Amino acid sequence: MSTPKLDGAQALIQTLNELGVEYIFGYSGGAALPIFDALETVSGNIKFVLTRHEQGACHMADGYARATGKPAVVLVTSGPGAGNTITGIMTAQMDSVPMIIITGQQVTWMLGKDAFQEADIFGITMPVVKHNFLVRETNSLPRIAKEAYHIATTGRPGPVLIDVPKDISQSDFTGDLNPDLDLPGYNPDSAFEIAQDGISRAAEIISTAKKPVILAGHGVMISRADEELMELATTLKCPVTTTLLGKGVFPETHELSLGMLGMHGTAYANKAMVECDLILNVGSRFDDRIIGQPEKFGANAKIIHIDIDPSEMNKMVHPDVEIIGDAKTVLQALNREIAPLETSSWLATLDGYKNKFPLAYRKQGGLRMQQVLDELYQLTGGKAIVTTDVGQHQMWAAQFYKTDASYNWLSSGGAGTMGFGFPAAIGAQLARPDDTVVAVVGDGGYQMTLCELATAALHKLPVKILVLNNHYLGMVRQWQQMFFDNRESGVNLEGNPDFVKLAEAYGIKGFNIKRPADVGKVLQKALDYNDGPCVINAECIKTENVFPMIPAGAALEDMLVAPPKHKMAKPTGST
Amino acid sequence: MSRDIVTSDSSLAPSPDIIGGHTLSMFVNNQPGVLMRICQVFARRAYNLDSVVVSRGRDPQFSRLTLGISGDPAGLEQIINQCNKLIDVIHCFEHDENESVTRELALVKVLIDPGDRAEVLQILEHFGAKTVDLGTTSIIAMIYGNSGKVDAAVHLLSKFDIVETVRTGKVVMARGEAAT
Ligand SMILES: Cc1ncc(C[n+]2csc(CCOP(=O)(O)OP(=O)(O)O)c2C)c(N)n1
Ligand SMILES: [Mg+2]
Repeated sequence: MSTPKLDGAQALIQTLNELGVEYIFGYSGGAALPIFDALETVSGNIKFVLTRHEQGACHMADGYARATGKPAVVLVTSGPGAGNTITGIMTAQMDSVPMIIITGQQVTWMLGKDAFQEADIFGITMPVVKHNFLVRETNSLPRIAKEAYHIATTGRPGPVLIDVPKDISQSDFTGDLNPDLDLPGYNPDSAFEIAQDGISRAAEIISTAKKPVILAGHGVMISRADEELMELATTLKCPVTTTLLGKGVFPETHELSLGMLGMHGTAYANKAMVECDLILNVGSRFDDRIIGQPEKFGANAKIIHIDIDPSEMNKMVHPDVEIIGDAKTVLQALNREIAPLETSSWLATLDGYKNKFPLAYRKQGGLRMQQVLDELYQLTGGKAIVTTDVGQHQMWAAQFYKTDASYNWLSSGGAGTMGFGFPAAIGAQLARPDDTVVAVVGDGGYQMTLCELATAALHKLPVKILVLNNHYLGMVRQWQQMFFDNRESGVNLEGNPDFVKLAEAYGIKGFNIKRPADVGKVLQKALDYNDGPCVINAECIKTENVFPMIPAGAALEDMLVAPPKHKMAKPTGST
Repeated sequence: MSRDIVTSDSSLAPSPDIIGGHTLSMFVNNQPGVLMRICQVFARRAYNLDSVVVSRGRDPQFSRLTLGISGDPAGLEQIINQCNKLIDVIHCFEHDENESVTRELALVKVLIDPGDRAEVLQILEHFGAKTVDLGTTSIIAMIYGNSGKVDAAVHLLSKFDIVETVRTGKVVMARGEAAT
């Protein structure tokens, strides 16, 4: 019996089915018609979610991946549809998030001729993907889809784009549905072969440390090395600080946790980085947000850098020991070679800093975002999946919503993409329907992607959208206040809609929080409401600033723990 | 007309903080767009490609690439790693001059008065160059060797009226049994 004839699009969707893809987020259009049709004609378990914008589709796939470690697929049409994905792809690339983006394309013989809705998306996306393909043969579609999945999910993960001309998806498929991969230049398995030499040298350096700090990043989460990290830290009695993306790889409620470090990290984490004699970096890329001034970073410390990506070595700082490999495999090897350290006086010093510079806020004089987030943390027992947008609310959320487990904290770090938080929450909620998902967003960023209210409402997703509304692009206003003589320019969000009424227009429940005393009560109501999404609009004071703060490009020792009394020089680093 | 016009192909002295003369060899997938990916890595870090030679490998699935680059020396190791990270790059090595041979070939078109012909031919002979086109008023010489030798020959010829030079850019091969 011969199998029924497939076209390229059907072969593609069938392959995605076999790869175990659960969700496709997307937006239709002419060049993608055959692929959308295949969604209807090929049976399988894939669920399609129609978004209201292609950027939203990417952030949903991104949220799905950050909440599970598994990739989702984005499917859009050519030209403007593909163009609208760029920010979403770049966001995933910067944070090593697996994603597969399929774009429809003009027919092959029209490429390069400025045909209708032709955009060279293969060329345009090259700098923001892990890899991309322009498909030129119908029969190669299953192989390319499998390769894309493999590339996206192995090694250092990232987005992979497949551009599919319409004639390619529409033609008869006569090839092999189970082809071998053909990737001679890609060998992610080498990450599991660890050079013993680096492990031994690292163990030796560790054994002489008196004031060690473990700096744990997203790599720990990706390689699922949380247990190994816990063993390392508790064996050594070594404090742990995490990056923004590493939140959760080590429980922030653990006594050895220093919370997040960096520009708006805790004072004690940053002080630990300045005073330590060993920085043991596992799976962080020494991003400029955390090292401040590269020349001064870790000046008195030995540095061990563990990373799966060789091109991260010696990029920002020069480590004493480089270990290239998968974090879990490396930590397993390292844990076999280490012995407890005597760190009690070091831990006592850090406890002193914790007492002297706690994360704190005032409850008088209006409603502060910190209070809302603190009470959210208490009411959810720290168990919610929290997505954030970008700005002041994001930094306060990172400070006050302690994260105890991996895959529960979803925030755009490398790209700092406003508009990420809410659609990412939709993706996370679809991925983990039984968890409480809270999107913590600012009034600015929320408005960039709030068209997805329709998507959330349609799927009756019980996402809690917490709009921390200061009527400002608060983070930028903070910089203008501190570094530009308080000259406000392009930061006043007058003209904001009534977010509750707007929610109601979508059939979505809305709540307002206006006074500090109402926070707990209203949040509890929102947490109890699970018939669909709800929006909680919290009217916060406008002029609060985030501290601690290390001005961009300044050294960690120049951290401000409170508003400066003197006029600040313009920061030398970028944003 | 003055004869000491610097031809566009003459090598410029590298400024002190710039590395010149570094040679990278890559073995890459032979597909459209691969060169673009590689060039983006260099452009983002403000490296200049002094020469690029690409040709199909013995196995036509792959291409061989030799790049002559200049740019910030501190970033070189990282940029090689970034190239190796590209899915389409099978490998990327930097080749030290002592452990490799580099060669390039140049065609040089010189306008000559009949009285100069003998001297031009004498220079070419000295460099082991060949005359590949000989007219009554012009000559095309083919010079090959390492880049320094080609530079020297072009320099001597620039006493005459060089109309144009075309250089292939250098190709590199590791010495001995080592892989390029
Ligand atoms: C797409 C995008 N545009 C601009 C910026 C620059 N930016 C960073 S934070 C910020 C302000 C965000 O305002 P809001 O969403 O209201 O959050 P708040 O800081 O007030 O909490 C801006 C404009 C950005 N990160 N992303
Ligand atoms: Mg705001």
